[in-house]
Amino acid sequence: MSDETLKTTPLYEAHVAAGARMVPFAGYSMPVQYKDGVLKEHLWTRENAGLFDVSHMGQARLRGVSPLSAFEEVTPGDFIGLKPGKQRYSVLLNRTGGIIDDLMAARPISFDGTGDDGLFVVVNGACKDNDFKVIDDELAGQVRIERLEDRALMALQGPKAAEVLAAHAPQAAAMVFMDARAFSAFGTDVIVSRSGYTGEDGYEISVPASEALRIWNTLLADERVRPIGLGARDSLRLEAGLPLYGHDVDETVSPVEADLAFAVAKKRREARDFPGAARIARELAEGPSRKRVGLIVLEGAPAREGAQIADEAGNVVGVVTSGGFSPSLGKPIAMGFAPPALADVGTRLKVIVRGKAQAAEVAAMPFVPHRYVRKL
Amino acid sequence: MRFTKDHEWVVLEGDVATIGITAYAADQLGDVVFVETPEPGKAVKAGDNLAVVESVKAASDVYAPISGEVIEGNAALGDAPETVNDQPEGAGWFARIKVADPSEVEALMDRAAYEDFLGTL
Repeated sequence: MSDETLKTTPLYEAHVAAGARMVPFAGYSMPVQYKDGVLKEHLWTRENAGLFDVSHMGQARLRGVSPLSAFEEVTPGDFIGLKPGKQRYSVLLNRTGGIIDDLMAARPISFDGTGDDGLFVVVNGACKDNDFKVIDDELAGQVRIERLEDRALMALQGPKAAEVLAAHAPQAAAMVFMDARAFSAFGTDVIVSRSGYTGEDGYEISVPASEALRIWNTLLADERVRPIGLGARDSLRLEAGLPLYGHDVDETVSPVEADLAFAVAKKRREARDFPGAARIARELAEGPSRKRVGLIVLEGAPAREGAQIADEAGNVVGVVTSGGFSPSLGKPIAMGFAPPALADVGTRLKVIVRGKAQAAEVAAMPFVPHRYVRKL
Repeated sequence: MRFTKDHEWVVLEGDVATIGITAYAADQLGDVVFVETPEPGKAVKAGDNLAVVESVKAASDVYAPISGEVIEGNAALGDAPETVNDQPEGAGWFARIKVADPSEVEALMDRAAYEDFLGTL
């Protein structure tokens, strides 16, 4: 894709002015790193607060007579049971139980308690056009998709995120993990969820595109906050054990294989009323043929996407789907697929990097503990 | 010090060439987290893979700028790969090669030519 066809987010000029290295990502020109570099940005987020531009992601509202029950036709989640003010992680499924995309869906009630504003959905940037088409095709006549292309999205992540945001939006301090609220802050209307994709406490903040630059700069004026690029976003989510769509998960992978069975709600397992339910029920009962595992590489180079996984005898048994150097642990980590018999924590495996078999071990995920604030 | 368009540098002392990557290359790579250096005795031709350098972002090959036989790889990079970022044109060297033909080194760019080349990127 040539640069001319790349889209930009409302924060593009701020990234360039801050010395970011811009790369094509999901059809957008996005910052992969700023002047500090990936390692420092990663550690800053783990210790302070990192600000991420995630405006490439797809934001939409699903409205209709009963958008919650309609959304259950394309996902395995319990959305009828989603309480006002809560957010849920889920997956869009195809008819064979493969994952079309993973997403966050919320009912961001306003603090004044006014009305039900439908379902606020955030999907991956690279998948958004297809996702909304799938939802539109499957739920035609039931829900109306209102794409929020006039809104930017930023994530404020890290142990100091809460105190930083509280200075501008005191309401945010009263929220816990996976709460979603719509309110006025920064002199405009915002939709805030206490969630993210780094494993840290933090927020995702949807703001009008026209206000994004001002809010971005307001947050960065706090010395506890630095801008963080996609490079560190990737290493942070890898350490947090969170799969990246298009790498660890794709249309062939089921939620059970992806170790995302928590996204298949109990009542939905019983009802078997979602796309691909037959396969997913079978995998839940009998176990999947492959499973997403975490690996710590015990020697040698980082094992990256595409590296083969072998058993101790050297037989190829799987493949690395994402991997790299863990800045927090100081050693290479990876995710990949392995047969369930070789998926127990502590199992010794090999990863093949440039023809060399290196020792690796199945590790529990997250590699670095989550620090979500579930209780105040 | 001589330079290649692949951003390697060479310093020739007698018939021994020390090879590394330039400050520009180290900056482009970002934080180096792993380096694989060649074993002594390995024969290389100009353009062959000599070493591998991995940053947080990706793995990159380092090519032999000249032909010869590897005398040593920089073992210190095993424990301190960040030296490549800190001192790319010094302690962050990758390998020493006994050169077959010193004129190969002369044919590489001098610093002024390399900086002109960087200006075109």
